[in-house]
Amino acid sequence: MKEIVVISGKGGTGKTSIVASFAALAGKAILADCDVDAADLHLVLNPVIERREDFSGGKKASIIEENCIGCDRCIEECRFDAISYPDSGKADTPRVNHIFCEGCGVCFRVCPADAISFEPAVNGEWYVSSTMYGPMVHARLGMAEGNSGKLVSQIRQEARSIAEKENLDYIIVDGSPGVGCPVISSITGADLVLVITEPTLSGRHDLLRVAELTSFFRIPTIVCVNKWDLNADITGQIEQEAREHNVRPAGRVRYDTSVTGAQIAGTSIIAFADGDVSRDIRNLWNSVVTTLDGGAA
Amino acid sequence: MKIAIASGKGGTGKTTIATNLALTLANAGTNVQLLDCDVEEPNCHIFLKPEIESATPVTVPIPKVIEEKCTGCGICAEVCEFSAIAVVKKKVLIFSELCHGCGACSLFCPEDAFIEVPREVGAIEKGYADGITFTQGLLNIGELMSPAVISEVKKSAGDPDVLIIDSPPGTSCPVIEAVKDAEFILLVTEPTPFGLNDLKLAVGMAKALNLPFAVAINRSDIGDDAVAEYCRRENIEIFLEIPNDRRIAEAYSRGEMVVRELPEYLETFKTCWDRIRAFSEKETSSKPDSDGTAKEA
Repeated sequence: MKEIVVISGKGGTGKTSIVASFAALAGKAILADCDVDAADLHLVLNPVIERREDFSGGKKASIIEENCIGCDRCIEECRFDAISYPDSGKADTPRVNHIFCEGCGVCFRVCPADAISFEPAVNGEWYVSSTMYGPMVHARLGMAEGNSGKLVSQIRQEARSIAEKENLDYIIVDGSPGVGCPVISSITGADLVLVITEPTLSGRHDLLRVAELTSFFRIPTIVCVNKWDLNADITGQIEQEAREHNVRPAGRVRYDTSVTGAQIAGTSIIAFADGDVSRDIRNLWNSVVTTLDGGAA
Repeated sequence: MKIAIASGKGGTGKTTIATNLALTLANAGTNVQLLDCDVEEPNCHIFLKPEIESATPVTVPIPKVIEEKCTGCGICAEVCEFSAIAVVKKKVLIFSELCHGCGACSLFCPEDAFIEVPREVGAIEKGYADGITFTQGLLNIGELMSPAVISEVKKSAGDPDVLIIDSPPGTSCPVIEAVKDAEFILLVTEPTPFGLNDLKLAVGMAKALNLPFAVAINRSDIGDDAVAEYCRRENIEIFLEIPNDRRIAEAYSRGEMVVRELPEYLETFKTCWDRIRAFSEKETSSKPDSDGTAKEA
């Protein structure tokens, strides 16, 4: 069983559309949507939810008003400015703003009056679902919630255990943009990272940062320039620079309006149109498989 | 006036809008400052090409044990909610990447055996371009603490007439750090199912933060009407629509500014700005001072 993670650095380069097509091509595979901030894979794979679990990213503090003696020790020690009086006057007890609460528990521990509760907060849900292409693990993070890295780890862990149980060949992970917490959680220990970029200076800049990240974690990495024909010169430059960073260009996908068409139809590009762009994605998937099975990265 | 440009989905055009809005305002003689808070993949500099005048490291405080004072009691590990401290054989081990800097370990150490030392997690760079005062943050590769870098970028805000914040994609902690004290959020999306899904998440975030917002639709003619219909149904105003103009995509790919290459779009950005200003004037005149602006800038 092999795990491939698709990320991009820059957002909106086509990760999810390509992952959905991989799902259609991969055979015995499980999908994991680890872009938990803005999960979209379900919009094209139409999963039927079979199991749902609460996600707790950590604990949150709350003031127990009847116990509060108004000493303000919690306000003094909170480094995240998460505790304050609701209005300018001091008539009331302080309140914890859960959006800014980091879950460190300092207030709970300094309170001399047992006036702070500190309990696991439910801030999302994750699902095990079935799709026409196989099982899928995905999630929904609550509004304005943090700790997406922990949720990503849970999704990957679940995907791995299902893949082992059902003896699947591939785990295909749809990652998130950037190089921070959720991205790091989604790539550590993976067999291969595929970076989807676009032929723009921004795409090139962001690819180089991602390449630095995957090399930091020593994960073999390949790259695909999506919509490459929008700027063939920059595509060439990106591929050249990628090679210099030990990132092998594994394919190109051309610009085609049927990619948006497939999304609106709620299906994968492969299922939507059997044209040139589908052929590009098939070639890319074949290249991924060769790399995974042969270790040619 | 402090406005944030945000989006659930990546690659919708936040940076294009932030930079072109800034340049449009600067051209009109407005004192404008742009903060690139997408510290994982900052791209504004590609378009503005600012002269960077200073670079400052961003540090977070992490604990350090004074060995002579430590008795190995293990309380520090018990109070650390982030598993950043372990005590093995009476020896304190600190995993600094996991540290959130809450100060619990030093606060609760009975021997006063901790000091805090700065650890570098990124940098901020300040500069100037075409009448725009500019700051960007850059998270070091392999680091998790984007919000710490974003917070430093925001501290560099002077007192311009207009402050524009280019935020990272998503809806979780880095985004909240970037937008939380804005007076207005422009949520950028595209008219596709992914764009709509992620717009709904971003709207949920803006509402959770109790911040006024409107929508910008980029590449407004590539998809379907679902985003416009959603906005109509929810009474959300659309302040900017940019058509899918191949010349914009080409200018973008080369790192060029739309309003400079295609001056006919100056009016588009100017109109957008007029709407934001009119909206905010209406807001401030209808709202008492004490409400909603509890956080100082």
